[in-house]
Amino acid sequence: MGCTNCSDITKKYYRIERLPHIWCPGCGHGTLMNTVVRAIDKLGLNKDEVVVVSGIGCSSRAPGYLDFNTLHTTHGRALAFATGIKLANPKLHVIVIMGDGDSSAIGGNHLIHAARRNIDITTIVFNNNIYGMTGGQFSPTTPHGDFATTAPFGNIDKPFDLCNLAQGAGATFVGRGTAYHALLMQKLIEKGLQNKGFSFIEGLSLCPTYYGRKNKKGNALKMHEFLKDNCVDKRVVDKDPEKGKNKILIGEFYNNPKIEYTEGYQVIIDKFQKLGEM
Amino acid sequence: MSSKDGYKLVQGNEACVEGALAAGMRFYAGYPITPSTEIAEISAQKLPQVGGKFIQMEDELASMAAIIGGSLTGLKSMTATSGPGFSLMQENIGYAAIAEIPCVVVNVQRGGPSTGMPTSPSQGDVMQAKWGTHGDHPAVALTPNSVQETYEYTIKAFDIAEKYRTPVVLLMDETVGHMREKLKVKSSSEIEAVNRKKPTCKPEEYKAYRPDEDMIPPFAPFGNGYRYHVTGLTHDETGFPTNSNIISGELVQRLVDKIEKNIDDITYYEEYKMDDADIVIIAFGGVSRATKSAIDHMRENNIKVGMFRPITIWPFLDKQINQIADKAKEIYVAEMNLGQYFLEVDRVAGKKCPVKKINKISGELITPEEITYAVTGGRL
Repeated sequence: MGCTNCSDITKKYYRIERLPHIWCPGCGHGTLMNTVVRAIDKLGLNKDEVVVVSGIGCSSRAPGYLDFNTLHTTHGRALAFATGIKLANPKLHVIVIMGDGDSSAIGGNHLIHAARRNIDITTIVFNNNIYGMTGGQFSPTTPHGDFATTAPFGNIDKPFDLCNLAQGAGATFVGRGTAYHALLMQKLIEKGLQNKGFSFIEGLSLCPTYYGRKNKKGNALKMHEFLKDNCVDKRVVDKDPEKGKNKILIGEFYNNPKIEYTEGYQVIIDKFQKLGEM
Repeated sequence: MSSKDGYKLVQGNEACVEGALAAGMRFYAGYPITPSTEIAEISAQKLPQVGGKFIQMEDELASMAAIIGGSLTGLKSMTATSGPGFSLMQENIGYAAIAEIPCVVVNVQRGGPSTGMPTSPSQGDVMQAKWGTHGDHPAVALTPNSVQETYEYTIKAFDIAEKYRTPVVLLMDETVGHMREKLKVKSSSEIEAVNRKKPTCKPEEYKAYRPDEDMIPPFAPFGNGYRYHVTGLTHDETGFPTNSNIISGELVQRLVDKIEKNIDDITYYEEYKMDDADIVIIAFGGVSRATKSAIDHMRENNIKVGMFRPITIWPFLDKQINQIADKAKEIYVAEMNLGQYFLEVDRVAGKKCPVKKINKISGELITPEEITYAVTGGRL
C-alpha cells in the first residue's frame, strides 16, 4: 500500500505506509493536517525534535500519519500529556491536534489551564462542529439550533467561540483558519510555532458525513463554498465592521508574547539548584 | 530535620519524596489532596534543587497524563494522591499499562467512598489498586508500614516501574504517611537505581513494542532520534493500532505475563513469629504494627500466633499464602476496609483452613486489643 506518486513533502513528513488515511471523503481534516506539515517544513524544524500529540476522535488520527514522535492519548487529555513532555524536555516542539469535543468538552479544563500557564505548546483544533467518530452527536461548537443524533429536535446548547475562550484563558497567540483558507491556516501555524508560549489555532473543518448531511449543508464542495463565502479576515473587519456582520471571523486575532512556562521554571532551577540541602 | 550521620526525623510522606529522589525521580506532576499533600509540597521544594521539574496540574487526570508525558520524554516520573484522586487517575493508569510507560503513583489512602474521611486512615483502595482501570492489565502495588520502609519501597517502586516498563502503585495509608520516625537515608553509592533499557538498534530498525526475550521492549525517549507512535489503542509491535484478534490477545497477555512470570523478582513480605504459628494474622500497612503488638501480647499468653505481612500486595502472593494455608489452623486478615484483601486470601487458603476477617472502617486504626479480642474470642 501507500503512495507511489507522492510529493517530496509527503515522502519527507508522512508515514507513507500508513496512507491512505481513513477520514471520510470530503472531510476537511486531511487539508488541515497538510497545513501543519507545510508549516513545519517552512520553518525547517528538526523532525526528531517535533512531537505531535492528539486525544481521541477523527482529528486525533492525524499523528499516526506523521513521521515524528507521535502520541495518541486518552480523550481530552492531549494537552496534559503534552504539558509533561514539554516541561520534561523544553527543547522539543510540541504540537497538539485536537477536535472540538476533545479540546473544549472533555478537555476544556486542560485547555484553559495550558493557556493560563502559557506553556510553549502549539495547539491546533480541527473543528468540524460535530462528534464524527462516534457518529454525529453534538459538540460544544455545534451551532445553536442545529441537528445532531443527540439533538434530534435541534441543539439548545450555546456554542463556544474557542478562540475567545483560549485568549481569555491566557493564550499568547490566537488565530482561526479553515480547511478552505489553507494558506492562511499554514501561516497561522507557522506563527504559532514561532511564538514562545501557548498558541491556539482553530481550523474550521467540515464533516459532510454527519454534520453536513444532518443539517442539509450539501456535499463537501458546498460546505467549502460556505466557508469561502462566510468567512472574513479580521483585518478587513477592523477597517470596516459592517463587513463582519453575520460572518465568521478568521485570521490572526492575538499575538502578545509573555513569559513562557518552562522558561519560568528554568529560572527557578538556575536559582535554586544545588543551593538547598538535599 | 537532618543530621550528618544520615539520619532524619521525618514523616512517611517526606520519606516517600526522599526515596523518589534517591531513585532518580526528576519529574512530578500532581494535584494536592489530603493526606498526600506533603508529597507534592516537598517535591515542589526539592525537585528544582536537583534540576528536576515539579508541576501542579489542574486535576488528577491531568497529573497522571503529565507524568506519562514526562516519562515518555525520559525522566523518572511520579505523582501522589489519595482516594478520590486515585479514582480520577485510573483511565490514564490503564494508558500507562498498555503503552508501557514506567511511572510511580503514590496513593496515601483515606476513608471512602467518595470524599469520605480526608484526614483518617483507611485501606479501602486495595481492590482499586488492582482493578481500578478497565480491562485486563498488570498491577503492581507495594505497601510500606513505616517511614523507613516508605523510603525503601519508593525506591523499589521506581526500580520495578523502570525494569518492567509499567506503572507501579505505592499504596500507603494515612497512618504511615503522617507518622514521624527515624529515617536512615542511603548515600548515592549505596543505591543502584534501575533504569529502563535503551534500544541498541538503529532508529530506522526500531520497533517500539517489539519485546526482547524478557517480554520487555527497549525504550527510546521522545526526542532521541527514534521516531515512533504511542497509543492507548491495542497496537502491534510498531506501536500502531491493530484490529487483529491474535495480536491484541498476545499484547495483553504479554503485559500481564511480564509481571506475573517475574513475580518472585518483585515479591516482598515480612514474617513475624511464624515458625511455629498455628494462627496466622495477615496484615499490611499501618495495621501490621498493631498486629505485631497483639501477637506479642498473645505469645506472652502462650498462643501460637504469627503474622504474614505482604509488602507486595499486588500481584497477589499466591505461593506464600498457599504455604501458610498448608500449615495454619486458622488465618485472620486484618485490614481497614470491609474485607478486600480477605477475598484473595480466602480464594487461595479458604479450602484448606478457615479464613476470618478483622475489619474496621471508622477512620481509626485497628487496635492491638481489637485484634487480640478477635483472635481469642475475648479470652484475653
